[in-house]
Amino acid sequence: MTERTTAAARPRPAEEPHPSGDDRFNLIDKQLRRVHYGQDQLIETLHLAQEIFGYLDDGILIYLARALRLPPSMVYGVATFYHLFTFDPPGEHSCTVCTGTACFVKGADDIVASLSEAHTVVAGTTAEDGSLTLRTARCIGSCGLAPVMVLDGDVLAYQTPESALEVVGTAVASGGEA
Amino acid sequence: MPAPIDLHEVAERELSERYRFPWRVKACMSTACLSAGAAPAFHAMEESIEREDLALEARLIPTGCMGLCSRGPLVRVLRRGVDEVMYQAVNAEVGIDIITDHIRDHKPVETNLLDHAIPFFSSQERVVLENSGVIDPNRIESYVGHRGYQAMERVITRMAPEDVVETIRASGLRGRGGAGYPVGSKWALLAASAGDTKYVVANGDEGDPGAYMDRTVMEDDPHRLLEGIAIAAYATGATQAYIYVRAEYPRAVERLDRAIRVARRKRLLGRNILDTDFSLNVEIRIGAGAFVCGEETALMASIEGRRGTPRLRPPYPTERGLWGAPTMINNVETLANIPTIMRRGADWFASIGTENNSGTKVFALAGDLVNTGLIEVPMGVTLRHIVEDMGGGIPNGKAFKAAQTGGPSGGCISAEFLDTKVDYDSLRNLGSIMGSGGLVVMDEDVSMPEIAKFFMEFSMDESCGKCSPCRAGTVQLHQILERITDGAGSRQDLRDLEHLCHVVRDTSLCGLGQTAPSPVLSTLHYFRPEYEELIESEEVAHA
Repeated sequence: MTERTTAAARPRPAEEPHPSGDDRFNLIDKQLRRVHYGQDQLIETLHLAQEIFGYLDDGILIYLARALRLPPSMVYGVATFYHLFTFDPPGEHSCTVCTGTACFVKGADDIVASLSEAHTVVAGTTAEDGSLTLRTARCIGSCGLAPVMVLDGDVLAYQTPESALEVVGTAVASGGEA
Repeated sequence: MPAPIDLHEVAERELSERYRFPWRVKACMSTACLSAGAAPAFHAMEESIEREDLALEARLIPTGCMGLCSRGPLVRVLRRGVDEVMYQAVNAEVGIDIITDHIRDHKPVETNLLDHAIPFFSSQERVVLENSGVIDPNRIESYVGHRGYQAMERVITRMAPEDVVETIRASGLRGRGGAGYPVGSKWALLAASAGDTKYVVANGDEGDPGAYMDRTVMEDDPHRLLEGIAIAAYATGATQAYIYVRAEYPRAVERLDRAIRVARRKRLLGRNILDTDFSLNVEIRIGAGAFVCGEETALMASIEGRRGTPRLRPPYPTERGLWGAPTMINNVETLANIPTIMRRGADWFASIGTENNSGTKVFALAGDLVNTGLIEVPMGVTLRHIVEDMGGGIPNGKAFKAAQTGGPSGGCISAEFLDTKVDYDSLRNLGSIMGSGGLVVMDEDVSMPEIAKFFMEFSMDESCGKCSPCRAGTVQLHQILERITDGAGSRQDLRDLEHLCHVVRDTSLCGLGQTAPSPVLSTLHYFRPEYEELIESEEVAHA
């Protein structure tokens, strides 16, 4: 791509409510207008869509492709290239175990294994009952506190398999929004 | 347009404000200390000051990282004209004690004192991190009060762009992203390239696990980065800049975003900066979790909104970069050095460190050490000094086994090389690299083939898939390593491993593939008996 293009340079898609009636798409439209439908804003828009919807399904990807006048294959290609985009609804609780070098040296793998076993969930997926999404991350940059785990947005320092099981178990047992 | 900020007036106001209070309490509110509970402690101190009616006596200031993350939350108490005391592990109760005992009753809280004369602090030389843990990152006035934007003001009002490039060249600054390319030469290339549109990019895609120096700069001193970018843009003729930040660093994005908006309002960015002819627009671009995007051509693809796959160089970005226009990519730490170099001069900077390796380097100390956290040391200090004196040695009476530098692109250095000077050239001679500054220390319990496998798994996951040596080679290498660490490896596996490492290193398209075998090659070089032991035990079992 040598030329910087915006979809606005060509006929713009008509701005009308999304056929599903889901007004969350209005938030996406607003952002797209703000950046003048710049095709280079695809990754930013995917971030916003994931923030709004929680995950990216085909309908959202096709909507973005049309809005930015990009081939759906390109939107899908970009979305699947980057690790942070997810295509399945997240579980009620989200637990990310850092497996960066410092955490690895201090036994992060054992934490992942014990959580995975206790909650019957493979790392990188959501448990079948939807209670927990277990992920691993390549360094969240808190190496001084290794091993580190992020549970529903809170960074927890100096974890062990036992402490991780306890705190995740408590969160999951408490049910929905903790 | 509003009138530009009067830097000298703001700095003076900030200074007189600073010494109005007999006591200043600085509380680290960086990511590591926040994880350790800095926020409740901060609020407890805030309330306690209110309750004790000390609001005119003591000023509480949230700051960035003070370095010794493993002892956090950290708090410094400064008494005007008297002394400075540091506290560790400050929870809400300790925070209240600090206000009531130390400030009200003048009796320091003995239980949580932290001696700041220990080598961890005293051996540091802070250039990039000079304001980190000192200023309030969310107040531009705090940065201006520490001579912030003075260098930029002088550069854009009184210096010719080519003189700025010359100063940077003379300082000997080398790129802090890992490869160590001379920064002045890169700037000169962009300055010499033709075209009206040129781009400067700050690479904050710090994907190397175990490294967080760039995050610290972006979170704790965001205006320093903006000032560095503005000077780079002025020197090279760029009018648009991007800061590419990892999505894993939301706080950095938030603080940079705020800093950019404030700087624009104060006419330190945007059109006609400080009423000169120099204009610069700075935008943040957020990554989405792809290690390869730290490679400059992949990073540019990502900024353009595409899959972050690298391409062949040449043409180099300074000839053909973003949207075909000349582009220069500098690491965040590199750019954070610029304001200080311009303020204190090339000679001063060149006097720090060793020949061909001038200045300082920030390292993230992690792993099996007593003290872990962020340090900034002059280039050329020995690894032993960093590990034993600053890091406090290995805990639990264990022995040092290896230091890993450069992450998945680097290597492991064994105990016999502890007296090596830490700089670009010495580390390369040992088969490792400086990298972005992650330094993970491992004790005798860590298995080196396991470490090699760990990094190979990382490279395998992060390979973008564009070229086959890297895409398929890393998978094959990982499989062989898995066999070996499972005890099912053969002599032939070991030979294949070494051979394939050379193939992947020599034939991959970009730096990720070319350096992916480094952790294997370096551990094979220094710790070969460990691999052989795993194989021999298997052969004995079969015999």
